[in-house]
Amino acid sequence: MKICTIQELLNARVIVGEERLGDHVYSACGSDMMSDVLAYVKDQAVLLTGLVNPQVIRTAVMMDMHCIVFVRSKEPTPEMIQLAEESGMVLLATDKRMYEACGLLYSNGLVGNKVRETSA
Amino acid sequence: MSGALSFHFDVDGENFTMAGQASVQVKKNLRRLGLPPEVIRRVSIAMYEGEINMVIHAGGGHAEVVVAEDAIEIVLQDNGPGIANIEQAMQAGFSTAPDAIRSLGFGAGMGLPNMKRYTDEMDIQSEVGRGTRITMRVLLEN
Repeated sequence: MKICTIQELLNARVIVGEERLGDHVYSACGSDMMSDVLAYVKDQAVLLTGLVNPQVIRTAVMMDMHCIVFVRSKEPTPEMIQLAEESGMVLLATDKRMYEACGLLYSNGLVGNKVRETSA
Repeated sequence: MSGALSFHFDVDGENFTMAGQASVQVKKNLRRLGLPPEVIRRVSIAMYEGEINMVIHAGGGHAEVVVAEDAIEIVLQDNGPGIANIEQAMQAGFSTAPDAIRSLGFGAGMGLPNMKRYTDEMDIQSEVGRGTRITMRVLLEN
């Protein structure tokens, strides 16, 4: 799925990364716990979250993600936007809640099927 | 480790929002060296978890990353309270992080297990009241 399709499905605003809206992504995950993203996520390119602090951007960078969608009308801070720009990360913001946003993307083909097994 | 390249970082323990800066820099440095993406990913995630831990639990510390021919070694050293029971701390889900940290998206008790999972070797030396030294290695296949 192209990132611009995510933007359309979620009626999202592009905060940064307009030039990368044509990039393709193949899976996504949703979480407000960055600990869980670091522990359980593998190969997901899109993070949906309602958490707003710079660690969200750094966590996504560590996981080689391409796009972060802020749900529930959350707005990233200028510091976060700068970090995202430096990392080539696309930031989107939607007023939809996490459940609905994830459901819309999943039902339109953006799966989360590569979640790591939980056995440590 | 003759010919090894090393990076040193001081991790500021005063400001949680700054945590992870060293790991982001390490990731950039390893990319410039042209190392395999999966190796870079494993090193940077393990270091990021360790860096976050140092800020949450130990008031900061020092990080050293050494890139040698056969492995990348990460050494995290702090002068924090130490870990009383390492076996317990290694259990997934065990955490002593305060609620304020959980509200920032961390403190789920996955840090140390995750560091072990993403590295090939991990050693924890800790003394209560003195601090903790964690050494991790990610092996490079030739």
